[in-house]
Amino acid sequence: MMDKLMIVEDSLANVDGGFAFLGRLPYYRGLGLSMVEDLQITVDGEAIPREDVRFSVRGKTYTLDQMETVYDDRWNFGEKATITALKAGGLAPGKHTLEFAVRNRISYLPFVPTTRCVKELALAA
Amino acid sequence: MTSQIKRGVSLYSFQNETFQGKMNLEDCIRTCAELGARGIEVIGEQSFWGWPEVGVAEADIANWHALIAKYDCVPVSHDYMLDYKRYKDRPMPFEEQVASVRKDIDFGAALGTPFIRSLVSIDPNVLVAAAPYAEEKGIKLLTEVHAPLHFDHPWIIRIAEAFAKSGSPALGFLPDMGMFLKKFPPCWSAKFRRMGVPDRIADYIEKAYEDRVLSEYVLLEVQQMGGTGPALGMAETLRHNAAFEPKRMLDYMPMIHNIHGKFYEMTADYVEPSIPYDEIIAVLDQGGYSGYICSEYEGNRWIEDAEEPDSVEQVRRQQVMLARLIGETTVPALKTPIAA
Repeated sequence: MMDKLMIVEDSLANVDGGFAFLGRLPYYRGLGLSMVEDLQITVDGEAIPREDVRFSVRGKTYTLDQMETVYDDRWNFGEKATITALKAGGLAPGKHTLEFAVRNRISYLPFVPTTRCVKELALAA
Repeated sequence: MTSQIKRGVSLYSFQNETFQGKMNLEDCIRTCAELGARGIEVIGEQSFWGWPEVGVAEADIANWHALIAKYDCVPVSHDYMLDYKRYKDRPMPFEEQVASVRKDIDFGAALGTPFIRSLVSIDPNVLVAAAPYAEEKGIKLLTEVHAPLHFDHPWIIRIAEAFAKSGSPALGFLPDMGMFLKKFPPCWSAKFRRMGVPDRIADYIEKAYEDRVLSEYVLLEVQQMGGTGPALGMAETLRHNAAFEPKRMLDYMPMIHNIHGKFYEMTADYVEPSIPYDEIIAVLDQGGYSGYICSEYEGNRWIEDAEEPDSVEQVRRQQVMLARLIGETTVPALKTPIAA
Protein backbone atom coordinates (compact mmCIF):
# COMPACT_ATOMS: atom_id res chain seq x y z
CA MET A 1 0.00 0.00 0.00
CA MET A 2 1.07 3.60 -0.60
CA ASP A 3 3.71 2.18 -2.96
CA LYS A 4 3.48 5.05 -5.42
CA LEU A 5 3.74 7.62 -2.63
CA MET A 6 7.00 6.40 -1.06
CA ILE A 7 9.26 8.74 -3.04
CA VAL A 8 8.17 12.38 -2.75
CA GLU A 9 8.08 14.14 -6.14
CA ASP A 10 10.61 16.91 -6.79
CA SER A 11 12.61 16.05 -3.68
CA LEU A 12 15.85 14.77 -5.24
CA ALA A 13 18.86 16.98 -4.48
CA ASN A 14 22.62 16.76 -4.16
CA VAL A 15 23.88 17.25 -0.62
CA ASP A 16 27.29 17.33 1.01
CA GLY A 17 28.80 13.88 0.34
CA GLY A 18 26.06 12.45 -1.85
CA PHE A 19 22.39 12.90 -2.74
CA ALA A 20 19.11 12.86 -0.83
CA PHE A 21 15.36 12.65 -1.32
CA LEU A 22 12.25 12.60 0.85
CA GLY A 23 10.76 9.19 1.60
CA ARG A 24 7.54 8.04 3.26
CA LEU A 25 6.80 4.77 5.04
CA PRO A 26 4.48 2.64 2.86
CA TYR A 27 2.10 1.72 5.67
CA TYR A 28 -1.21 2.74 7.23
CA ARG A 29 0.48 3.66 10.51
CA GLY A 30 3.93 4.76 11.69
CA LEU A 31 6.63 2.42 12.93
CA GLY A 32 9.29 2.44 15.66
CA LEU A 33 12.71 2.68 14.00
CA SER A 34 13.92 -0.66 15.40
CA MET A 35 11.36 -2.39 13.16
CA VAL A 36 12.54 -0.77 9.93
CA GLU A 37 14.88 -3.55 8.85
CA ASP A 38 16.25 -2.13 5.63
CA LEU A 39 16.11 0.84 3.28
CA GLN A 40 17.47 0.02 -0.18
CA ILE A 41 18.33 2.75 -2.67
CA THR A 42 19.21 2.11 -6.30
CA VAL A 43 19.96 4.97 -8.64
CA ASP A 44 20.24 4.40 -12.40
CA GLY A 45 20.77 0.70 -11.69
CA GLU A 46 23.52 1.23 -9.10
CA ALA A 47 22.71 -0.09 -5.62
CA ILE A 48 23.89 2.08 -2.73
CA PRO A 49 25.65 -0.03 -0.05
CA ARG A 50 23.65 -0.35 3.20
CA GLU A 51 26.38 1.39 5.21
CA ASP A 52 26.11 4.44 2.96
CA VAL A 53 22.42 5.07 3.69
CA ARG A 54 21.31 7.63 6.28
CA PHE A 55 17.80 8.22 7.64
CA SER A 56 16.80 11.58 9.16
CA VAL A 57 13.61 12.72 10.88
CA ARG A 58 12.98 15.84 12.95
CA GLY A 59 16.66 16.82 13.05
CA LYS A 60 18.06 13.40 14.01
CA THR A 61 20.13 11.23 11.65
CA TYR A 62 20.71 7.48 11.93
CA THR A 63 22.61 4.78 10.06
CA LEU A 64 20.56 1.65 9.29
CA ASP A 65 22.55 -0.36 11.84
CA GLN A 66 21.85 2.27 14.50
CA MET A 67 18.13 2.22 13.70
CA GLU A 68 17.93 -1.45 14.63
CA THR A 69 18.25 -0.54 18.31
CA VAL A 70 16.40 2.81 18.33
CA TYR A 71 13.40 2.27 20.60
CA ASP A 72 12.53 5.92 21.30
CA ASP A 73 11.99 7.35 17.84
CA ARG A 74 9.58 6.69 15.00
CA TRP A 75 8.90 7.11 11.34
CA ASN A 76 5.41 8.55 11.65
CA PHE A 77 2.43 7.93 9.36
CA GLY A 78 2.96 9.98 6.18
CA GLU A 79 6.06 11.64 7.63
CA LYS A 80 8.62 12.78 5.04
CA ALA A 81 12.02 11.48 6.16
CA THR A 82 15.21 12.63 4.48
CA ILE A 83 16.90 9.60 2.94
CA THR A 84 20.54 10.27 2.15
CA ALA A 85 22.89 8.19 0.01
CA LEU A 86 26.61 8.82 0.50
CA LYS A 87 28.09 8.92 -3.00
CA ALA A 88 31.15 10.95 -3.86
CA GLY A 89 30.23 13.83 -6.15
CA GLY A 90 26.48 13.18 -5.87
CA LEU A 91 24.48 12.87 -9.06
CA ALA A 92 24.84 14.65 -12.41
CA PRO A 93 22.17 17.24 -13.25
CA GLY A 94 19.19 15.84 -15.20
CA LYS A 95 16.91 12.86 -14.94
CA HIS A 96 17.61 9.83 -12.75
CA THR A 97 15.75 6.59 -12.11
CA LEU A 98 15.44 6.18 -8.38
CA GLU A 99 14.33 2.95 -6.72
CA PHE A 100 13.49 2.92 -3.01
CA ALA A 101 12.59 -0.24 -1.10
CA VAL A 102 11.62 -0.55 2.56
CA ARG A 103 11.60 -3.79 4.56
CA ASN A 104 9.66 -3.77 7.84
CA ARG A 105 9.29 -6.24 10.68
CA ILE A 106 5.56 -6.21 11.42
CA SER A 107 4.52 -8.03 14.59
CA TYR A 108 1.22 -9.44 13.33
CA LEU A 109 2.21 -10.41 9.78
CA PRO A 110 3.29 -13.99 9.01
CA PHE A 111 5.89 -12.62 6.55
CA VAL A 112 8.40 -9.74 6.36
CA PRO A 113 7.13 -7.30 3.71
CA THR A 114 9.34 -5.33 1.34
CA THR A 115 7.63 -2.49 -0.51
CA ARG A 116 9.24 -0.85 -3.52
CA CYS A 117 8.80 2.35 -5.50
CA VAL A 118 10.52 3.40 -8.73
CA LYS A 119 10.35 6.96 -10.00
CA GLU A 120 12.14 9.10 -12.51
CA LEU A 121 13.16 12.32 -10.82
CA ALA A 122 15.00 15.34 -12.19
CA LEU A 123 17.94 16.89 -10.39
CA ALA A 124 18.16 20.63 -10.81
CA ALA A 125 21.36 21.82 -12.45
CA MET B 1 -37.94 -4.74 15.26
CA THR B 2 -36.18 -1.41 15.68
CA SER B 3 -32.46 -1.58 15.23
CA GLN B 4 -30.30 -0.25 18.04
CA ILE B 5 -27.17 -0.25 15.91
CA LYS B 6 -25.22 3.02 15.82
CA ARG B 7 -23.10 4.29 12.93
CA GLY B 8 -19.43 5.27 13.13
CA VAL B 9 -16.27 5.47 11.04
CA SER B 10 -12.73 4.29 11.60
CA LEU B 11 -10.46 7.06 10.35
CA TYR B 12 -8.39 4.22 8.82
CA SER B 13 -10.86 4.67 5.97
CA PHE B 14 -9.31 8.03 5.00
CA GLN B 15 -5.69 6.82 5.10
CA ASN B 16 -4.90 7.65 1.50
CA GLU B 17 -5.97 11.27 2.02
CA THR B 18 -4.47 11.76 5.49
CA PHE B 19 -1.15 10.17 4.43
CA GLN B 20 -0.81 12.82 1.75
CA GLY B 21 -2.02 15.66 3.95
CA LYS B 22 -5.17 16.13 1.83
CA MET B 23 -7.35 15.71 4.93
CA ASN B 24 -6.50 16.56 8.52
CA LEU B 25 -8.12 15.29 11.72
CA GLU B 26 -10.78 18.00 11.58
CA ASP B 27 -11.68 17.15 7.96
CA CYS B 28 -12.08 13.51 8.96
CA ILE B 29 -14.24 14.15 12.01
CA ARG B 30 -16.38 16.77 10.23
CA THR B 31 -16.97 14.35 7.35
CA CYS B 32 -18.14 11.61 9.73
CA ALA B 33 -20.36 14.04 11.64
CA GLU B 34 -22.01 15.33 8.45
CA LEU B 35 -22.82 11.74 7.51
CA GLY B 36 -24.40 11.21 10.91
CA ALA B 37 -21.70 8.65 11.74
CA ARG B 38 -20.98 10.06 15.17
CA GLY B 39 -18.81 7.22 16.47
CA ILE B 40 -15.13 7.85 15.80
CA GLU B 41 -12.51 5.10 15.86
CA VAL B 42 -8.80 5.78 15.40
CA ILE B 43 -5.61 3.84 15.03
CA GLY B 44 -3.70 5.80 17.67
CA GLU B 45 -0.42 5.79 15.82
CA GLN B 46 -2.01 6.79 12.54
CA SER B 47 -3.95 9.78 13.84
CA PHE B 48 -1.46 10.90 16.49
CA TRP B 49 2.19 11.35 15.54
CA GLY B 50 4.57 10.14 18.22
CA TRP B 51 2.41 7.33 19.62
CA PRO B 52 3.65 5.08 21.18
CA GLU B 53 7.46 5.36 21.21
CA VAL B 54 7.77 9.16 21.44
CA GLY B 55 4.48 10.06 23.12
CA VAL B 56 1.75 12.49 22.04
CA ALA B 57 1.72 16.24 22.72
CA GLU B 58 -0.94 17.37 25.22
CA ALA B 59 -2.06 19.92 22.63
CA ASP B 60 -2.89 17.13 20.16
CA ILE B 61 -5.07 15.36 22.73
CA ALA B 62 -6.75 18.67 23.59
CA ASN B 63 -7.38 19.25 19.87
CA TRP B 64 -9.03 15.80 19.59
CA HIS B 65 -11.41 16.57 22.44
CA ALA B 66 -12.18 20.01 21.02
CA LEU B 67 -13.04 18.49 17.62
CA ILE B 68 -15.15 15.72 19.15
CA ALA B 69 -17.09 18.38 21.06
CA LYS B 70 -17.35 20.79 18.10
CA TYR B 71 -18.86 18.15 15.82
CA ASP B 72 -20.87 16.39 18.54
CA CYS B 73 -19.14 13.07 17.98
CA VAL B 74 -18.35 10.16 20.29
CA PRO B 75 -14.91 8.52 20.78
CA VAL B 76 -15.36 4.77 20.24
CA SER B 77 -12.04 2.99 20.01
CA HIS B 78 -8.28 3.45 19.97
CA ASP B 79 -6.81 0.61 17.91
CA TYR B 80 -3.41 -0.25 19.36
CA MET B 81 -0.77 -2.48 17.84
CA LEU B 82 1.57 -3.91 20.58
CA ASP B 83 4.73 -4.43 18.58
CA TYR B 84 5.98 -7.55 20.30
CA LYS B 85 8.59 -7.90 17.53
CA ARG B 86 10.17 -4.57 18.54
CA TYR B 87 13.50 -6.29 19.27
CA LYS B 88 15.23 -7.90 16.33
CA ASP B 89 17.12 -10.46 18.40
CA ARG B 90 14.56 -11.48 21.03
CA PRO B 91 10.84 -11.63 21.72
CA MET B 92 9.36 -8.97 23.96
CA PRO B 93 9.11 -10.37 27.52
CA PHE B 94 5.61 -11.12 28.84
CA GLU B 95 5.65 -8.43 31.54
CA GLU B 96 6.80 -5.82 29.04
CA GLN B 97 3.91 -6.75 26.74
CA VAL B 98 1.47 -6.32 29.62
CA ALA B 99 3.05 -2.96 30.47
CA SER B 100 2.71 -1.92 26.83
CA VAL B 101 -1.02 -2.76 26.86
CA ARG B 102 -1.42 -0.74 30.07
CA LYS B 103 0.16 2.21 28.27
CA ASP B 104 -2.40 1.91 25.48
CA ILE B 105 -5.18 1.65 28.08
CA ASP B 106 -3.94 4.99 29.41
CA PHE B 107 -3.94 6.45 25.91
CA GLY B 108 -7.47 5.20 25.26
CA ALA B 109 -8.53 6.76 28.56
CA ALA B 110 -6.85 10.03 27.54
CA LEU B 111 -8.82 10.01 24.27
CA GLY B 112 -12.02 9.06 26.09
CA THR B 113 -12.64 5.84 24.16
CA PRO B 114 -14.52 3.08 25.99
CA PHE B 115 -12.69 0.44 23.93
CA ILE B 116 -9.20 -0.29 22.70
CA ARG B 117 -8.72 -2.80 19.90
CA SER B 118 -6.25 -5.68 20.35
CA LEU B 119 -4.82 -7.39 17.28
CA VAL B 120 -5.85 -11.02 17.04
CA SER B 121 -2.29 -12.35 17.26
CA ILE B 122 -1.75 -10.97 20.78
CA ASP B 123 -1.30 -13.67 23.45
CA PRO B 124 -4.61 -13.88 25.36
CA ASN B 125 -2.66 -14.31 28.61
CA VAL B 126 -1.24 -10.82 28.11
CA LEU B 127 -4.76 -9.44 27.80
CA VAL B 128 -5.99 -11.35 30.85
CA ALA B 129 -3.04 -9.93 32.83
CA ALA B 130 -3.86 -6.38 31.67
CA ALA B 131 -7.61 -6.72 32.30
CA PRO B 132 -7.69 -5.57 35.96
CA TYR B 133 -6.00 -2.30 34.96
CA ALA B 134 -8.46 -1.89 32.10
CA GLU B 135 -11.37 -2.38 34.51
CA GLU B 136 -9.89 0.26 36.80
CA LYS B 137 -9.72 2.73 33.88
CA GLY B 138 -13.18 1.85 32.54
CA ILE B 139 -11.81 0.46 29.28
CA LYS B 140 -12.59 -2.80 27.50
CA LEU B 141 -9.91 -4.66 25.52
CA LEU B 142 -11.50 -5.98 22.35
CA THR B 143 -9.72 -8.63 20.33
CA GLU B 144 -10.34 -8.11 16.63
CA VAL B 145 -11.66 -11.30 15.03
CA HIS B 146 -10.41 -10.89 11.47
CA ALA B 147 -10.13 -13.20 8.45
CA PRO B 148 -8.65 -15.76 8.05
CA LEU B 149 -9.66 -16.28 11.67
CA HIS B 150 -13.33 -16.61 12.60
CA PHE B 151 -15.51 -17.51 15.57
CA ASP B 152 -15.11 -21.28 15.14
CA HIS B 153 -11.33 -21.18 14.79
CA PRO B 154 -9.41 -22.92 17.61
CA TRP B 155 -7.32 -19.77 18.24
CA ILE B 156 -10.45 -17.68 18.80
CA ILE B 157 -12.00 -20.41 20.94
CA ARG B 158 -8.83 -20.45 23.03
CA ILE B 159 -9.08 -16.67 23.48
CA ALA B 160 -12.77 -16.89 24.39
CA GLU B 161 -12.02 -19.61 26.96
CA ALA B 162 -9.20 -17.55 28.50
CA PHE B 163 -11.51 -14.51 28.70
CA ALA B 164 -14.33 -16.57 30.24
CA LYS B 165 -11.98 -18.14 32.80
CA SER B 166 -10.69 -14.71 33.84
CA GLY B 167 -14.26 -13.54 34.41
CA SER B 168 -13.21 -9.97 33.61
CA PRO B 169 -15.89 -7.78 32.02
CA ALA B 170 -13.03 -5.82 30.39
CA LEU B 171 -12.33 -8.54 27.81
CA GLY B 172 -14.32 -8.90 24.63
CA PHE B 173 -14.38 -9.05 20.86
CA LEU B 174 -14.48 -6.73 17.86
CA PRO B 175 -15.41 -8.69 14.73
CA ASP B 176 -14.27 -7.44 11.32
CA MET B 177 -16.99 -7.99 8.72
CA GLY B 178 -14.37 -8.93 6.10
CA MET B 179 -14.59 -12.49 7.45
CA PHE B 180 -18.00 -12.81 5.79
CA LEU B 181 -16.65 -12.49 2.26
CA LYS B 182 -19.43 -13.91 0.16
CA LYS B 183 -17.95 -13.16 -3.27
CA PHE B 184 -14.48 -12.51 -4.60
CA PRO B 185 -14.26 -8.69 -4.51
CA PRO B 186 -14.40 -7.18 -8.02
CA CYS B 187 -11.66 -4.65 -7.16
CA TRP B 188 -9.30 -7.49 -6.16
CA SER B 189 -9.96 -9.33 -9.39
CA ALA B 190 -9.42 -6.16 -11.43
CA LYS B 191 -6.08 -5.52 -9.73
CA PHE B 192 -4.82 -9.06 -10.32
CA ARG B 193 -5.86 -8.78 -13.98
CA ARG B 194 -3.91 -5.49 -14.22
CA MET B 195 -0.92 -7.37 -12.78
CA GLY B 196 -1.15 -9.79 -15.69
CA VAL B 197 -3.28 -12.68 -14.47
CA PRO B 198 -4.86 -14.20 -17.62
CA ASP B 199 -8.66 -13.88 -17.78
CA ARG B 200 -9.17 -17.67 -17.91
CA ILE B 201 -7.32 -18.08 -14.58
CA ALA B 202 -8.92 -15.05 -12.93
CA ASP B 203 -12.37 -16.22 -14.06
CA TYR B 204 -11.65 -19.70 -12.67
CA ILE B 205 -10.55 -18.33 -9.28
CA GLU B 206 -13.65 -16.13 -8.96
CA LYS B 207 -15.90 -19.07 -9.82
CA ALA B 208 -14.04 -21.43 -7.49
CA TYR B 209 -14.46 -18.87 -4.69
CA GLU B 210 -18.22 -18.71 -5.30
CA ASP B 211 -18.34 -22.52 -5.37
CA ARG B 212 -16.53 -22.55 -1.99
CA VAL B 213 -13.76 -24.82 -3.29
CA LEU B 214 -11.05 -25.47 -0.69
CA SER B 215 -8.17 -23.00 -1.24
CA GLU B 216 -5.56 -25.78 -1.47
CA TYR B 217 -7.38 -27.32 -4.44
CA VAL B 218 -7.65 -23.93 -6.13
CA LEU B 219 -3.91 -23.33 -5.72
CA LEU B 220 -3.07 -26.69 -7.27
CA GLU B 221 -5.50 -26.11 -10.14
CA VAL B 222 -4.03 -22.66 -10.84
CA GLN B 223 -0.53 -24.16 -10.90
CA GLN B 224 -1.72 -26.81 -13.32
CA MET B 225 -3.30 -24.12 -15.50
CA GLY B 226 0.19 -22.65 -15.82
CA GLY B 227 -0.36 -19.85 -13.32
CA THR B 228 2.71 -18.14 -11.90
CA GLY B 229 3.49 -15.03 -9.81
CA PRO B 230 0.35 -12.86 -9.66
CA ALA B 231 -1.96 -15.79 -10.56
CA LEU B 232 -0.67 -17.71 -7.55
CA GLY B 233 -1.00 -14.53 -5.51
CA MET B 234 -4.64 -14.26 -6.54
CA ALA B 235 -5.25 -17.91 -5.60
CA GLU B 236 -3.42 -17.34 -2.28
CA THR B 237 -6.05 -14.79 -1.25
CA LEU B 238 -8.39 -17.78 -0.79
CA ARG B 239 -6.17 -18.99 2.03
CA HIS B 240 -6.73 -15.72 3.90
CA ASN B 241 -10.41 -15.12 3.18
CA ALA B 242 -13.60 -17.12 3.28
CA ALA B 243 -17.36 -16.82 3.43
CA PHE B 244 -17.84 -17.56 7.12
CA GLU B 245 -21.34 -17.34 8.57
CA PRO B 246 -22.54 -14.06 10.14
CA LYS B 247 -24.85 -16.01 12.45
CA ARG B 248 -21.80 -17.45 14.23
CA MET B 249 -21.58 -14.06 15.97
CA LEU B 250 -24.77 -14.88 17.90
CA ASP B 251 -22.97 -17.15 20.38
CA TYR B 252 -20.69 -14.27 21.29
CA MET B 253 -23.07 -11.30 21.36
CA PRO B 254 -22.54 -10.42 25.05
CA MET B 255 -18.81 -10.09 24.32
CA ILE B 256 -19.10 -8.09 21.08
CA HIS B 257 -18.84 -4.36 21.76
CA ASN B 258 -17.67 -2.81 18.50
CA ILE B 259 -17.67 -3.81 14.85
CA HIS B 260 -15.41 -3.03 11.90
CA GLY B 261 -17.61 -2.33 8.90
CA LYS B 262 -14.94 -3.53 6.50
CA PHE B 263 -15.62 -2.87 2.84
CA TYR B 264 -13.62 -3.05 -0.34
CA GLU B 265 -15.92 -1.22 -2.72
CA MET B 266 -19.30 0.49 -2.64
CA THR B 267 -21.06 0.75 -5.98
CA ALA B 268 -22.98 3.88 -7.05
CA ASP B 269 -26.20 2.11 -6.07
CA TYR B 270 -24.96 1.55 -2.53
CA VAL B 271 -24.04 -2.13 -2.66
CA GLU B 272 -20.91 -3.84 -1.28
CA PRO B 273 -20.65 -6.61 -3.87
CA SER B 274 -18.70 -9.04 -1.70
CA ILE B 275 -19.86 -8.57 1.92
CA PRO B 276 -23.54 -9.34 2.74
CA TYR B 277 -24.46 -6.36 4.92
CA ASP B 278 -28.20 -7.07 4.75
CA GLU B 279 -27.61 -10.48 6.30
CA ILE B 280 -25.07 -9.09 8.78
CA ILE B 281 -27.38 -6.36 10.08
CA ALA B 282 -30.23 -8.87 10.44
CA VAL B 283 -28.01 -11.11 12.58
CA LEU B 284 -26.81 -8.20 14.70
CA ASP B 285 -30.38 -7.01 15.25
CA GLN B 286 -31.42 -10.54 16.17
CA GLY B 287 -28.59 -10.60 18.71
CA GLY B 288 -29.66 -7.23 20.13
CA TYR B 289 -26.40 -5.50 19.22
CA SER B 290 -26.51 -1.87 20.31
CA GLY B 291 -22.94 -0.71 19.65
CA TYR B 292 -21.35 0.96 16.65
CA ILE B 293 -20.52 -0.33 13.21
CA CYS B 294 -17.48 1.69 12.19
CA SER B 295 -16.83 1.97 8.44
CA GLU B 296 -13.47 0.54 7.51
CA TYR B 297 -12.67 1.24 3.87
CA GLU B 298 -9.93 -1.03 2.59
CA GLY B 299 -10.39 -0.78 -1.17
CA ASN B 300 -7.76 1.97 -1.34
CA ARG B 301 -4.83 -0.46 -1.54
CA TRP B 302 -6.57 -2.44 -4.31
CA ILE B 303 -7.08 0.50 -6.67
CA GLU B 304 -4.30 2.99 -5.86
CA ASP B 305 -2.06 1.59 -8.64
CA ALA B 306 -4.69 2.61 -11.21
CA GLU B 307 -6.60 5.53 -9.74
CA GLU B 308 -6.64 7.92 -6.81
CA PRO B 309 -8.98 6.50 -4.15
CA ASP B 310 -11.97 8.67 -3.20
CA SER B 311 -12.31 7.48 0.36
CA VAL B 312 -14.88 10.11 1.37
CA GLU B 313 -17.26 9.08 -1.41
CA GLN B 314 -16.76 5.41 -0.57
CA VAL B 315 -17.51 6.01 3.12
CA ARG B 316 -20.53 8.14 2.20
CA ARG B 317 -21.96 5.32 0.11
CA GLN B 318 -21.43 2.78 2.88
CA GLN B 319 -23.05 5.07 5.43
CA VAL B 320 -26.08 5.50 3.13
CA MET B 321 -26.32 1.70 2.95
CA LEU B 322 -25.94 1.24 6.71
CA ALA B 323 -28.52 3.94 7.47
CA ARG B 324 -31.02 2.21 5.16
CA LEU B 325 -30.37 -1.22 6.64
CA ILE B 326 -30.85 -0.05 10.22
CA GLY B 327 -34.06 1.71 9.26
CA GLU B 328 -33.10 5.38 9.44
CA THR B 329 -35.44 7.61 7.48
CA THR B 330 -33.01 10.35 6.42
CA VAL B 331 -30.27 9.71 3.90
CA PRO B 332 -26.77 10.64 5.12
CA ALA B 333 -25.32 13.46 3.01
CA LEU B 334 -22.15 15.53 2.95
CA LYS B 335 -22.34 19.27 3.26
CA THR B 336 -18.75 20.43 3.06
CA PRO B 337 -16.63 19.44 0.06
CA ILE B 338 -13.05 18.43 0.84
CA ALA B 339 -10.65 20.86 -0.83
CA ALA B 340 -8.71 19.06 -3.56
